[in-house]
Amino acid sequence: MSVDTKWTYDEDYVKEYSQQRGEPNWLTEERLAAARLADKLELPKPEKTNIKTWNFTEFKHDAGVKETIDDVENLHEDVQKLIDRSTDEQNLIVFRDGHPVYRSVSKRLEEQGVLFMDIETAAKEHGDLLRQYFMGKAVNVDEHKLTALHVALMNGGTFVYVPKNVQVEAPLQVIYWQEDPEAALFNHVVVASEDNSEVTYLENYVSFQEEQKSVANIVAEVYAGSGAKVSYGGVDHLEKGMTTYVNRRGYVEKDGRIDWALGQMNEGNTVSDNTTILAGDGSYADSKSVSIGRGDQSQNFWTHIIHHGKHSDGQILTHGVMKDKASSIFNGVTKIEHGATKSNGEQTERVLMLSEKARGDANPILLIDEDDVTAGHAASVGRIDPLQMFYLMSRGLPRSEAERLVIHGFLAPVVNELPIQSVKDRLREVIERKVY
Amino acid sequence: MAASTIKIENLHVEIEGSEIIKDFNLEINTGEVHAIMGPNGTGKSTLASAIMGHPKYEITQGSVHLDGENVLEMDVDERAKAGMFLAMQYPSEISGVTNADFMRSAINARREEGDEISLMKFIRKMDEKMDTLEMDQSFSQRYLNEGFSGGEKKRNEILQLMMLEPRFAILDEIDSGLDIDALKVVSKGVNDMRNPEFGCLIITHYQRLLNYIKPDKVHVMMQGRIVKSGGAELAERLEAEGYDWIKDELGIENEQVGDQQQEA
Repeated sequence: MSVDTKWTYDEDYVKEYSQQRGEPNWLTEERLAAARLADKLELPKPEKTNIKTWNFTEFKHDAGVKETIDDVENLHEDVQKLIDRSTDEQNLIVFRDGHPVYRSVSKRLEEQGVLFMDIETAAKEHGDLLRQYFMGKAVNVDEHKLTALHVALMNGGTFVYVPKNVQVEAPLQVIYWQEDPEAALFNHVVVASEDNSEVTYLENYVSFQEEQKSVANIVAEVYAGSGAKVSYGGVDHLEKGMTTYVNRRGYVEKDGRIDWALGQMNEGNTVSDNTTILAGDGSYADSKSVSIGRGDQSQNFWTHIIHHGKHSDGQILTHGVMKDKASSIFNGVTKIEHGATKSNGEQTERVLMLSEKARGDANPILLIDEDDVTAGHAASVGRIDPLQMFYLMSRGLPRSEAERLVIHGFLAPVVNELPIQSVKDRLREVIERKVY
Repeated sequence: MAASTIKIENLHVEIEGSEIIKDFNLEINTGEVHAIMGPNGTGKSTLASAIMGHPKYEITQGSVHLDGENVLEMDVDERAKAGMFLAMQYPSEISGVTNADFMRSAINARREEGDEISLMKFIRKMDEKMDTLEMDQSFSQRYLNEGFSGGEKKRNEILQLMMLEPRFAILDEIDSGLDIDALKVVSKGVNDMRNPEFGCLIITHYQRLLNYIKPDKVHVMMQGRIVKSGGAELAERLEAEGYDWIKDELGIENEQVGDQQQEA
């Protein structure tokens, strides 16, 4: 595969695209600046994974506006299965190739002053508010070529804004459904939770037919204000032709907290960055992610917690299952900055190898510039424990069933955290399909 | 109902090239409770694990038959389906799998497809057995053995025994680490199982357990084989006098197996 550095999508295209969407000037300007940067910047260099030959250049940028749908019954059957119907307080947005096609927001949410809308509408109707967060403290446009391209070509996404002291009880669910097998997704999510507020957000990235060559370039920014609590769940299951860059970042202020639960089940090559900046004293982050590698896919997962605040606490748990000839690198990084006294950082990376031809690396990294802290890590790469198998089989479970139980158990830390039963069930099904 | 028999003949077992079990012979019928006693390092636990098919143990000679069927040719799960059960001394911990889900899968694995146990029936049975074993209901939703204390693990092994209702059970040091109250509870669970269609082999260091579960036969193991057999009274004599009189009687100087010092 050749590396094409000539972007089909130049500044003129970006300008016209932005204007067509009726975006405010500041956003058009940010896009144009990003387009210029994209030409100059290099691709990111994830540890131990060479992505230079990956396709980040060939795609159809926008599949065109889709008709909205009034009733979930008219959505794709497999999309419907993800939807939480157990509640009257449904808060849901469904995107089809980046364009919002269905939206249902409970009355209570509106009364509370919570904003939950697609990012295109947010840019038009709440531009000044969005601007405070968009490519803010969590992500910089000039980090590398992919962050710049992301801003230049952003074509979908969600804006969530929770005012001070507001507790959102029902989860906010978003489904990003890619239907057009050539369509690219440049999705941007902002979740801004003001001081002492609380919100749960759950997203699914799904496609049901193998993409031709295409690209997903996803950035999520999560801001937890003082004392705010954000639970962020994500299940990615994009089909094989899709090359994915997904960057989910959090920024936590004093006594705030973000809990991540990520089921990273893409079938194609994937680079994932999940970084949380613990800025305030007493801030907390819990980053859990699980993945399965199969076929000949290559993936690189980077889970990073950066401690600035005193008494900040960061927990990382990464579990990966590797089969066939798949290759995955799992990097866990706990960085404790000077001055972040009494902080604590713990991490666990475990990789279960189901095939001799697969490759799985677990790299726990502690970078500590402060003496008065506690930190620890545990990492392992190995096969299923033969004694566990003996135990389970001695109760009559056939080998395949015993293995199944061990694998589901191994991935349970994330599955169990997801706030919507239908999404849990679907993730279990995906696990089942991928492993067997 | 026809009685079943498990027959162990001339069994030899090696671990990493060293022979632990040497010419071991024993026959157990349903309706009988046998106890194997013996000092540390004489091969008792190795025997239990080898019969069930532990991956570390290699059987070099001899046979184990269950009603004429060759057990040693069966996979571990087939041995369980044939009616065998091993309550383990050190059960594995399986994270992310709840006790209830596991036991239901295990019960259903022994049943034909389409004849799975109903959820209600399963819950009722599990509640009942947990009550007998004085286990808190929360144990059904805890991950299998994860974070269980030694005593909780033993109870959980007996819970599985009672849920799965095998024809033959081997209880490998089910009494170790139990206080007297827990010992009584666990014994009650085993005694509840006693019937003409259930046979049991109890492996223990101490006679104490046999006060609560009365054995029909007691065997003493040394140097990887049975050196003496008798009735319940043999256990009582061992409790009172120790093992030295047997060693003297048989001219055994070192009762342990090879150079293995630990109970493998």
